[in-house]
Amino acid sequence: MCLGIPGQIIEITDTKKKLAIVNVGGVKRQINIACIVNENHPPESCIGDWVLVHVGFAMNRINEEEAAETLQILQELAAAQAALSN
Amino acid sequence: MKFVDEYREPQKAEILLIEIEKISKTLNKHVKIMEVCGGHTHSIFKYGIEEVLPNNIELIHGPGCPVCVMPRGKLDDAISIAKHNNVILTTFGDTMRVPGSKLSLLQAKAEGADIRMVYSPLDSLKIAKENPDKEIVFFGIGFETTAPSTAFTILQAAAENINNFSMFCNHVLVIPALKALLDNPDLQLDGFIGPGHVSMVIGCKPYEFISQQYHKPIVISGFEPIDILQSIWMLLKQLTENRCQVESQYTRIVTHEGNQNALKAINEVFEVRDNFEWRGLGNIPNSGLQISDQYAQFDAELKFSTPNNQVADNKACQCGEILKGVLKPWQCKVFGTACTPENPIGTCMVSSEGACAAYYKYGRFAKAFSQLKVDENKVIA
Ligand code: SF4
Repeated sequence: MCLGIPGQIIEITDTKKKLAIVNVGGVKRQINIACIVNENHPPESCIGDWVLVHVGFAMNRINEEEAAETLQILQELAAAQAALSN
Repeated sequence: MKFVDEYREPQKAEILLIEIEKISKTLNKHVKIMEVCGGHTHSIFKYGIEEVLPNNIELIHGPGCPVCVMPRGKLDDAISIAKHNNVILTTFGDTMRVPGSKLSLLQAKAEGADIRMVYSPLDSLKIAKENPDKEIVFFGIGFETTAPSTAFTILQAAAENINNFSMFCNHVLVIPALKALLDNPDLQLDGFIGPGHVSMVIGCKPYEFISQQYHKPIVISGFEPIDILQSIWMLLKQLTENRCQVESQYTRIVTHEGNQNALKAINEVFEVRDNFEWRGLGNIPNSGLQISDQYAQFDAELKFSTPNNQVADNKACQCGEILKGVLKPWQCKVFGTACTPENPIGTCMVSSEGACAAYYKYGRFAKAFSQLKVDENKVIA
């Protein structure tokens, strides 16, 4: 029930009602972006953003740097394991 | 798919499993970790995570599936609303097969009630505009993950003056339920895998009482197999290092403060109920949301009278013990016989996030097999 899927915003369809089109794994869907916009991030600036989609809403932006950092930890572990087995 | 595939790679799982194996040996004790969220339960069974963990690491499946904790009385109430002649009841697909005391929504629909599944609560507003002579009632369930979407739906109904729309609000809150679990002496846990998408809304802060007052570690986790394994590894590290902190593995989505827009909408539209009944867990203080006075015109509980009964669970059902993590699905007498996903007796068999359904779908053969192995050992011994 709390499931969410990553998607990328490709078009803003209604700035007043805060509606956008998101591409989720090749499928295009209309979503509401009220949760992710503010003065610093007006709707127009959302194109290209990766977001987590849940019941027709973009719930949060996905932070690409943090995503990379999490995976970086795994690379470090792998390197340490390789060093040990050599 | 970006942000999905990279968290499913077997090589990465291998790396984490080696680390988990190492730490579990140094811990040298049986460790019980509860994954609170039903989404995690589903992933754990789907990817067979339990089977690959060391024997001394046990996962306990918690109550974080909003469908599973829905009491029968609430379904009876929803059905009684749906049976009004001029009502269209809209709801998420997940609720359709949950058994009430006599019927499920699906059965009520077959008997003629106008009940429609929607993907988003916003779809209800469209139906309301298309059917001005009908009353549209959205049967809203879900945790903090879903509450912002229904709050924004009500805000939009108010902005557009849609007067034939209301919501039967059955949102529940994770934090009070966690507290109730921690206060239960039957359940001895060593740590928690925290719900990733609830936390994307509420942030990490609300969990601090778990580490500060109950001295348990918690790691907020994503939902892909690598996410879950990494979270287990982080938890075990806390345990060996004698730390208990709120950590997040899911930093690509979860921030410390949560989503302010979402929280603001929730706080504006809803208020906390003094009490809410959870299936199997009973009444938990301050654990549900209701529509605030300011938006009372959208409150279906004020528009319609409902039976509002507390209905005891089916006698055979042990969902309460499952939801508290005290029993495993296969220990329920009706599991897989009288109770199956096609004919559920209890809620844990309805939703694919319920421990019983997830286990029925993915795990039962593996488990039966591993028990066989145990029995063989006994014979040999
Ligand atoms: S098998 Fe069915 S009745 Fe038994 S605990 Fe699971 S859902 Fe409840």
